[in-house]
Amino acid sequence: MARTLHFGRWHFRLTPTRYVLIFLTVAMLVAAAVRLVTGLGAVTNLSDQWPWGLWIGFDLLSGIALAGGGFSTAFLVHVLHKDKYAPVVRAALLTSLLGYIIACLSLFLDVGRWYNFWRPFVYWGYHSVLFEVFWCISLYTVVQIIEFGDIFLEKVKFPALKRIIERAMPFLLILGIALPTLHQSSLGSLFIVAVGKLNPLWWSMLIPFFFVWSAFFLGPAMVTLEGTMAARAYKREPELPVYASLTKVTMWMLIIYFIVKIIDLNYRGVLSLAFNGSFESNMFLLEMVVFVAIPIIMYAIPSIRNTQWGVFTASFLVVAGVILNRANVCFTGMAQAAGAPYSPSIWEWAITLGLWSVLILGYCFIVENFAILPREEHGKTVTSSSGVELRA
Amino acid sequence: MSDTKGVLVDITRCIDCESCVVACRLYNGLEVKDNSVEQTQAEKDKLATDKWTVVQKYKIEKNGNAVRRFVKEQCLHCLEPACASACFSKAFQKTPEGPVVYNEKLCVGCRYCMIACPFEIPRYEWDKAFPRVQKCQMCLARVAGNQMPACASVCPTGAIAFGNREELLKEARSRIAANPGLYVNHIYGEKEAGGTSWLYLSDVPFEQLGFRTDVPYRPIPDYTWQVLRWTPHIFIGWGALLTGMYMYTRRRAEVQAEEEMYAPVDKDE
Repeated sequence: MARTLHFGRWHFRLTPTRYVLIFLTVAMLVAAAVRLVTGLGAVTNLSDQWPWGLWIGFDLLSGIALAGGGFSTAFLVHVLHKDKYAPVVRAALLTSLLGYIIACLSLFLDVGRWYNFWRPFVYWGYHSVLFEVFWCISLYTVVQIIEFGDIFLEKVKFPALKRIIERAMPFLLILGIALPTLHQSSLGSLFIVAVGKLNPLWWSMLIPFFFVWSAFFLGPAMVTLEGTMAARAYKREPELPVYASLTKVTMWMLIIYFIVKIIDLNYRGVLSLAFNGSFESNMFLLEMVVFVAIPIIMYAIPSIRNTQWGVFTASFLVVAGVILNRANVCFTGMAQAAGAPYSPSIWEWAITLGLWSVLILGYCFIVENFAILPREEHGKTVTSSSGVELRA
Repeated sequence: MSDTKGVLVDITRCIDCESCVVACRLYNGLEVKDNSVEQTQAEKDKLATDKWTVVQKYKIEKNGNAVRRFVKEQCLHCLEPACASACFSKAFQKTPEGPVVYNEKLCVGCRYCMIACPFEIPRYEWDKAFPRVQKCQMCLARVAGNQMPACASVCPTGAIAFGNREELLKEARSRIAANPGLYVNHIYGEKEAGGTSWLYLSDVPFEQLGFRTDVPYRPIPDYTWQVLRWTPHIFIGWGALLTGMYMYTRRRAEVQAEEEMYAPVDKDE
């Protein structure tokens, strides 16, 4: 079953898993074509009550948040120059780039008049949060493509262009942190306009802070998850010391997140809503206890965070928690105002699953053909022996 | 804004003749497609892409008696519309005359206006390949020519009054003052969402007639702007801070080390 395709200097291995992913990709392409021809009504369960569904609530909101690993690790490594995290920085950038491309594609399929997608570049509806999101995501995707171009040009030699990119790199790195800071928070600000519609457990003037903060602390957790999975897939040594060390960043940020949430709810006088037994309150408690409080405890205990399963499980909870938070904002919190239930149609799932399959396939192709993951010698990574020690 | 137009709907005067609904359809060339008999009355009375106004029917109790009340529903044309503030391509505009109008040429189809609207008015052409957002345009061409909207022009009972918004507010107040036993002492739309061009008077509490009574009095776009206006400052300030940190912690020979640190994954594991 497993064989390797060669084309020129590129190669791509085909495994049973990858055949499944390719199948999902093809299904997505078919679904996308049908959606573009027939319109949204025929293929989605979107309605006047639920104008935004899976593609916004998951692909966009969670997709961009999950890509937050790109800017948080870039901040740690390239701005603070914490070199011990360098082994994971390229993988984080790659996932981030792919995540943004996926989010842009799903947005393109989501908007009704897609041939008009360029309008906001010309007609500046600057009082709209979406305007800022649109500009920032577009610019940041370009910045990431250029950043990645530097890696691409290590293999495809084009010295003149590479020199230009290297010159611009400090500027790109700064821009590549400032832009996502803005739009990660703005994805939250999108819902400020839904005052009185979004449940007060999630609606807050602080929602931009919660979104950007969670996107940042999600970064190290995401790096841990994908690093562990990549290590398993490629039978490599996971960067455990890096992951264990990163937990400190996440843990403190989670603690601050938790405290600010409580203060905010209390200040607005809606803390009691969290305990009134409604569906919303239960979802909120689930989010805060299982996916925020428990990871804090797991990260705080050395015998858990310094083991592979411990750091992986806690990081998994953090990532799942951020996805749940975005879903709660977009779905749980809006359900009462909508007054009708929504569940995505099979077509919506087909497009979502297909796009994420493209992401995984793209990741595999790129790490197999470009220098993304740390160089490995004799089954041991170079970097784990240099500098980073386990903290007990 | 002082001579911006408005409409005053007096619910006590509405008899559910639906002349306004027909006039709207005719003037705006809306053809109702799905007129099947299976539709319940409640479904027929819902706003839709081809129904920019409907008359909602309510059976309620007033002073122990069962009474029927009829509420004309359409876009309220906010003074500071949330939909227009949410639109990132300027497809929605508040005109100086009063109407909030939609320009399909600029619309990207993101439906953020529908998330934004506190009254849940905009409808989407879900069945079309290139859908438009549809809602009452308050007959802009007529209103700009100082004519009343089509619906108001045909109302036989005077339930729909057109005029300057300021004068309509005075008129509404004097109606309440002249008949305090009849009217609820509230003009819906005077302050809701920062004020709307359409105003309502009623003799039964508004919440019993399907009106959202928890709409903030502060204009909805204010909430967003309170946060959004910091964007350029944050961008420049944060960018400068990042640059400072970058310079401060800068290391030499970093590029060289980087090239040797990474490698493609071995293809044969």
